[in-house]
Formats: sequence, structure tokens, C-alpha cells
Amino acid sequence: MTTFLQQLVNGLSLGSIYALIALGYTMVYGVLRLINFAHGDVYMVGAYVGYYASRRLQGREPSIVSALLVMLVAMVACGILGILIERLAYRPVRREARLTLLITAIGVSLFLENAAQLVFGPDPKFFPSLAPRADFHVAGMRLTSEQITVIAVSVLLMVLLRFFIMKTRTGKAMRAVSFSLDAAKLMGISTDWIISVTFALGSALAAAAGVLIAMQIPKIDPLMGIPYGLKAFVAAVLGGIGSVPGAVLGGLLIGTSEVMVVGYLSSTYRDAIAFGILILVLILRPQGLLGRVQKEKV
Amino acid sequence: MRGGLAAALVVAGLLLLNALFTGALAPAFALPPYLLQVLCLAGINVTLAVSLNLINGFTGQFSIGHAGFMAIGAYSAAYFSVTFGEALRAALGFLPPFARDGAVLLVALAIGAFLASIAGFIVGVPSLRLRGDYLAIVTLGFGEIIGVLILNIDAVGGARGYSGIPKLANFFWIYLFAALTILVVYRVVHSSFGRTLVAIREDEVAAEAMGVHTTRAKVISFVVSSALAGIAGGLFAHYLMYVNVRSFTFLKSFEIIIMIVIGGLGSISGSVLGAILYISLTEGLREFAQYRMVLFSLLLVILMIVRPQGILGHKEFVTFLTKRRRSIGAAPGTPGNA
Repeated sequence: MTTFLQQLVNGLSLGSIYALIALGYTMVYGVLRLINFAHGDVYMVGAYVGYYASRRLQGREPSIVSALLVMLVAMVACGILGILIERLAYRPVRREARLTLLITAIGVSLFLENAAQLVFGPDPKFFPSLAPRADFHVAGMRLTSEQITVIAVSVLLMVLLRFFIMKTRTGKAMRAVSFSLDAAKLMGISTDWIISVTFALGSALAAAAGVLIAMQIPKIDPLMGIPYGLKAFVAAVLGGIGSVPGAVLGGLLIGTSEVMVVGYLSSTYRDAIAFGILILVLILRPQGLLGRVQKEKV
Repeated sequence: MRGGLAAALVVAGLLLLNALFTGALAPAFALPPYLLQVLCLAGINVTLAVSLNLINGFTGQFSIGHAGFMAIGAYSAAYFSVTFGEALRAALGFLPPFARDGAVLLVALAIGAFLASIAGFIVGVPSLRLRGDYLAIVTLGFGEIIGVLILNIDAVGGARGYSGIPKLANFFWIYLFAALTILVVYRVVHSSFGRTLVAIREDEVAAEAMGVHTTRAKVISFVVSSALAGIAGGLFAHYLMYVNVRSFTFLKSFEIIIMIVIGGLGSISGSVLGAILYISLTEGLREFAQYRMVLFSLLLVILMIVRPQGILGHKEFVTFLTKRRRSIGAAPGTPGNA
């Protein structure tokens, strides 16, 4: 039982990371109907920005404040990166066929991965420890301070996002755009601006996830975005792509089941489990767990 | 009769080129080994691209799992020729050596194609009921699962990769099957069944309303496409003599998609052009070393912005040159939404 609880905590911690990245996928899909394949790589860039930011802070005592500062820098930088990607690559092809948009996203993803190898170097880098470390023992489980930070920060960011989407004018406009881009435009909403905001928010969340995972692992490399991006994407689809609570639920489910499979079965199947669940869900309930059914109109 | 003559000419021509390129005819004409290898890999890419175009370009079903079927073909064909190749060779002792090699290769490829088509059927039946992005995601998922399953079969090397595969494929076989793939896809697309596929691409709901059994048509197209990918995988394994699951991840599927998109979805000659362009670009930019893939990905994004329908669009090369408006399935004036 203790082992199970321990695995559950580990799973929730990993799942929060997936959920943070999945939010970006699902929000972008909501407004553009685009699978933003480059999103996982934005997450990688976030980890690198965090790495360089924390190098600037070197010599200072590790503290929660500096960790939060680093995360903030990474989030702002990636928010800008997200806006740039949308402006330069996606906006020109927005009205083209969906496939064109998808290929563009694949192109941007390849670009970020290879540019990162060029700029940051292909070798993994070790992420300095930012916050003081401690282990807590609760009911026989070992909770590391990183795990607690991951869960706490993710929950905080998700609550903030929820507040933003549900309570602010911009959030309301985002919901309108994801309901219908054309109708929102007719109602006087600046859809271009809303799409930019969506990309900025999603990318900032991915950057936060990047810094959080980098603090935990603590090793970063230019291709780290691929596995995380892919599974977070699966999480978004599992929860119902376009649905914000769905992305969180999907992320937690994927994270937990992955940790459970590794813990109780075999680590070689860890990558198959996410896709196995996904395929089952899509075949039984194609709109995902919390997604809306979209009727095809003639 | 004309078909038979043409086939004989193609086979003779390929045999001649094969002898020429390998230097068997006259050492002066031999291609450098690197160039020959690029040429052969380009041929395998042509097979992959043309077969994927059948499902993505002509049927309009976006699949990102092609590398998975290629992997099944590669591993099963390789397993056959490694395990039973010698026995078959011994049984065919009355034939000259090259015919024995050819026979082993053909049986191996047939097995690869068969298993890949079975996998295509198993994957296709449930997932082809889904549409658009969901289909893309499910095929991506199946592709990855196929990889994980192969990784866990120790008989074919698991994570170490599968080595010791006899080198049975060469320029001749690779281009023979590339030509066969083009022929098969061309015949399928220009049959009445092909019209059905194009109808599904243009408007699935309308096609269904006209009495097309859309799921059945999509599954058939998917199975044919998977079988051809299996053949390409088998050739790949028997050419490089070593396969590893890492060669068949979704990145490989992306590569094939990029080829058909560069050339133009729904154009067979476009796929051929795209496959050749892709390998020429990735190999040609090699001297720029680490800038290679950065440049390539930028080129891809720019191409999508400047010419989203690909170089040839829906047209075939000949019609593209003569500027006639006829092209397969695309009514004049409509851009077509693949």
C-alpha cells in the first residue's frame, strides 16, 4: 500500500508536468484547430532559458525566490517565442488546408530542435540546483522538495489559468474564439490578438514545465522536448483536445499510469502505455474524456 | 502484349543500369559507393512516398504511422531470410546463385508485405472510422506501439538492432519495386475504385450519401499502402543489412509525409519528385554540416507559406508541364482540401 501511494505521488508529480504542457496543446487546438507539434520544443527552450538564467544567479544561496525568478524569466522568454512562432510561421498559412498548417508545425519543430543543437550544443547540460533540497517522510512515503514544488507550482499555475480564462475579458474572448473563430471576429473580437495571447500563455506554461522538470532530473538536452511533447499531446487528446480541464485530467492520468507501469510491470513498455490508453479512448470515445462532440455539418 | 513488352524493357533497362552503376559492365562507369547508396535509398523513399500518397494524397486520410508498417516489413522479411534463407537456398540448388538470392528476397518481401498488410488491416479497421486529426493521432500512436513491441522481441535483437541480414537487395530490386509501386498506385487511382477514393478525399459525407462504403474503401486503400510500405521496409533491411527500431520512429513517418507534401499531395510524379528532392536536399546540404537540418526545416516552412499545395499540386508531371487543366479528381478551379 505504501509503495502504491509512493508511486501515486511520483505519478502525480510527472503528470503535473504533462498537464502543464498539455494545456498549451489544448489551448492552441481550441483556437486554431492546429496540432502544434513545435510545442514540445518550446518546452525544451524554456528549460534552456532557465539554465542560462540560473547561471547568471550563480554564487547566490539557493532559495525559493531565485527559483521562481528563473522560472519567470523562462516563461516570459518562451511567451515571446510562442508569439513569434505564430506570427512568422502559422499566421501566413492559417487559411490554408489543415495539412499545410500541420506540416508547417512539423517544420517549426524540426527548426527549433536543430537550431537548439547549434546554439546550445548537442551535449546534455546539467541544471544547477536552484532551491534548497529536503526530503519529507509522510506515512512511509518519501516526498522530495522538488516533487512538492512541481505539484504546488503546477496547481498554482492551473488555478491562475482557470481564473484568467473564466473571469477576465481576454479569457472570455479566448473562449469565444475557440467556440467559433469567424463568429468571434464578427462580434468585434481581435482574433489575431487572442491567438497571440493563447500562444504566449501556452508557451509560458510549457516553459514553467521545462524549468520544473530540469530542476528535478537535472539534465537538459536539445531533444528533450520530443518524448515529453508527444506524451503531453497524448494527454491533451485523452482529456479531450480543446478542453482545459481535460488536459489536466489527461496529464495526470498519463503520468500516473506511466509510473505505475514502470513500477509494477516493465520499463520497456513505458512508452507504449500512453499510446495504448489513447487508442482505446479514441476508439471508444473519440472526443476524449471531457471533450465536446463535434457534429460534422454538410 | 504492349504491357508485357514495356515490363520486359523496364527490367532489362534496370539490369543494365545496375550492371553499369556497380561497375560490372565497365569499371569506368561505376558510381562511387556513396552515390550509389544515396541512389538506392532514394529508390526506397520513392516506394514509401508513392505508397503513402495513396492513403494521404488520394484518399485524404492523414496517416502518420507509415514508418511502423515499414518496420514490420523490414523485421519480418529480415527474420525470414536470416532464419530460413539458407534452407530455401539449398532447396533451390538447381538455380544459378543470383536467381537463388532473388528467390529468397522475393519470398522475404512477400512475407514482409503480407504481415504489414495484416497490421494495416488491424490498425485500419478501428481507426479509419475516425476523421482528420484523430486519425492522424491514432496512426501516430499505432506506429509508436509497433516500435515498442518490436523493441521487446528479443529474437530480432531488441534494442541492439537486428544485424546479420544478407545483402540481397540492390539497385535493380529497389528500382524494380519502386516502378511496381508506381504502377500499382497508378492503376488503383485510375480505376473506378480510385474515383471512390478521390470522392472520399473531396467530401466524405457526400461520398457516403452517394452510396460509397467509405470505411471499406479507406481500409482497402490503407492495407494496400501498408503492404507497399512493408516491401520498402524489406528492401531497406536487405540493402543496409542492419535495422534498428530507432530508424522507424514517427520522425521517419514525418520524413515520408514531407516528401509527399513537397511534391504535391495527390500526384504520383509529385511523390517521386518529392522523395528525390528530399534526399538530394538532405544529402546535398551535408557540407553545411550542423546548419543542414536548420536550413532544411526553414526551407520546409517557407515552401508551405509560398506554395502550400506542393510543387506539382494535384497535377502529374506531364500535365504540369503542358499546363493542361486536367488532373486527377480535382475539378478545375477548386484547390482541393486534402
